[in-house]
Amino acid sequence: MMAFFDTDVGIVILTILKSLALIVPLLIGVAYLTYAERKVMGAIQLRKGPNVVGPFGLAQPFADALKMMFKETIIPAGSDRILFIMAPMITFGLAVIAWAVIPVNDGWAIANINVGILYLLAISSLGVYGIIIAGWSSNSKYAFLGALRSAAQMVSYEVSMGFVIVTVLICVGSLNLNDIVMAQRHIWFAIPLFPMFVIFFISGLAETNRAPFDLAEGETEIVAGFFVEYSAMSFALFFLGEYANMILISATTTILFLGGWLSPIPFAPFTWVPGVVWFLIKLFACLFTFIWVRATFPRYRYDQLMALGWKVFLPISLGYLVLVAGVLEVFGWLPNA
Amino acid sequence: MIENIVFYIVSAILLASAVMVVSSRNPVHSVLFLILAFFNAAVLFLMAGAEFLAMVLVIVYVGAVAVLFMFVVMMLDVDFVALREGVQRYAPVGFAVGIILFVEIAFVAISWTVAPGATAARLSPVPGDVSNTVALGSLLYTKYIFLFQMAGAILLVSMIGAIVLTLRDRNRGKRQNVTMQHERMPADTMRMVNAKLGEGAVMPPQTEEAL
Repeated sequence: MMAFFDTDVGIVILTILKSLALIVPLLIGVAYLTYAERKVMGAIQLRKGPNVVGPFGLAQPFADALKMMFKETIIPAGSDRILFIMAPMITFGLAVIAWAVIPVNDGWAIANINVGILYLLAISSLGVYGIIIAGWSSNSKYAFLGALRSAAQMVSYEVSMGFVIVTVLICVGSLNLNDIVMAQRHIWFAIPLFPMFVIFFISGLAETNRAPFDLAEGETEIVAGFFVEYSAMSFALFFLGEYANMILISATTTILFLGGWLSPIPFAPFTWVPGVVWFLIKLFACLFTFIWVRATFPRYRYDQLMALGWKVFLPISLGYLVLVAGVLEVFGWLPNA
Repeated sequence: MIENIVFYIVSAILLASAVMVVSSRNPVHSVLFLILAFFNAAVLFLMAGAEFLAMVLVIVYVGAVAVLFMFVVMMLDVDFVALREGVQRYAPVGFAVGIILFVEIAFVAISWTVAPGATAARLSPVPGDVSNTVALGSLLYTKYIFLFQMAGAILLVSMIGAIVLTLRDRNRGKRQNVTMQHERMPADTMRMVNAKLGEGAVMPPQTEEAL
């Protein structure tokens, strides 16, 4: 049986099975993240949240999905039809393929590649295309404004995010995600690199277009931003893509700063718990913070958002990178030196 | 076997999208085909074992340069009729440039010789068990450090040049001063008054500093 998986056909089938084993839980996770968001925000705002469909409203995500599927897809007359339909697919597809390199336990990744973190950075830098294409192909002024805002925002925050990742990388000495987690055996990077951790998390909020940086959407000023013309399943794909991206950024934060699947307390009863459980606990903590931030902070003004990215985050992350590199060099702590 | 099939598919898409970049009518479509071409080039790098270059190509060209292209092209007010008129006018010139380029490439192709060390290097692109990124880094930051630093300095100079050319200190509009806002105390801006019924409070004349 195992010999079959070494043949060409076998490798293809094995990869498809592995991908399904990842994508199915991911989609269920996305569905329940929308539910969790409504429940948590309800609790914060002293409401009940969804509580009608199923016990505790647990069937609500599926009711929403069915509603979306049976709605009519409207394609605006002046739009660029092919690009208009492609844009949500790009957004959702990119949010899913990035998961190929995420290790949820020691070696549990579909592809354990040497340049894992660069792959994540490359995929997240592609994410802006779904939004730009959607905004342009809709042939609508609100959608276009939203797309321009989002493009400028994502490009700006990617710069400081890149510096944060470089800071982590010089502490690890490898671009492999597995190595990055294993380098945190003794101490999580969130502790020595705490300012970087905060900057990465906030840049993550901006990168996923979440509140308080959801200017691309900005329902009070530009209606719904780049997806104002979308309806039914094409809208649902944008929605799912946003939540899948949230989970992805949380997973990246967990791997880079919170020690991935490693147990926070490195002795007996805690090390028996499987790594996946620790990974999920950390992931949920990050996701909860995402929702918490959304329920707490008002939206940024656009010029302040840009000022924060370029005048605050960029100098701090660059300075901290130089500081960390200097400390590692002086004390001889550089890995592989 | 599978590698060959993938290679030919990817190369075919790369060439087809390169043709579409120059032949598609809509400039936004051209940029999108350019992105597709970059992407397939990255896949070719990946197949050649240059994983670091592949990722950097996607991050830098697709993720940053092409976004700026898109930005500019989308904001252009494209007049399709004028574009089509232009094609007929400039076609002979374009054709001539194309022929000159083709002849030059042909000359290069005819007089092509492989450097003596290149064949051996091609057989083992990655030295030993060192990963691609490590190999690149240890070469770039030791042997070629001066060239590398020089490239960085040139980029810095051109960046500063671009900023100087476009920066105009326009003193219009209200500028936000965050420090000033933080230093404002309630006593500076607020005044508690007991307003009498039917009379109201009288506003003091507002000074520039109070704003």
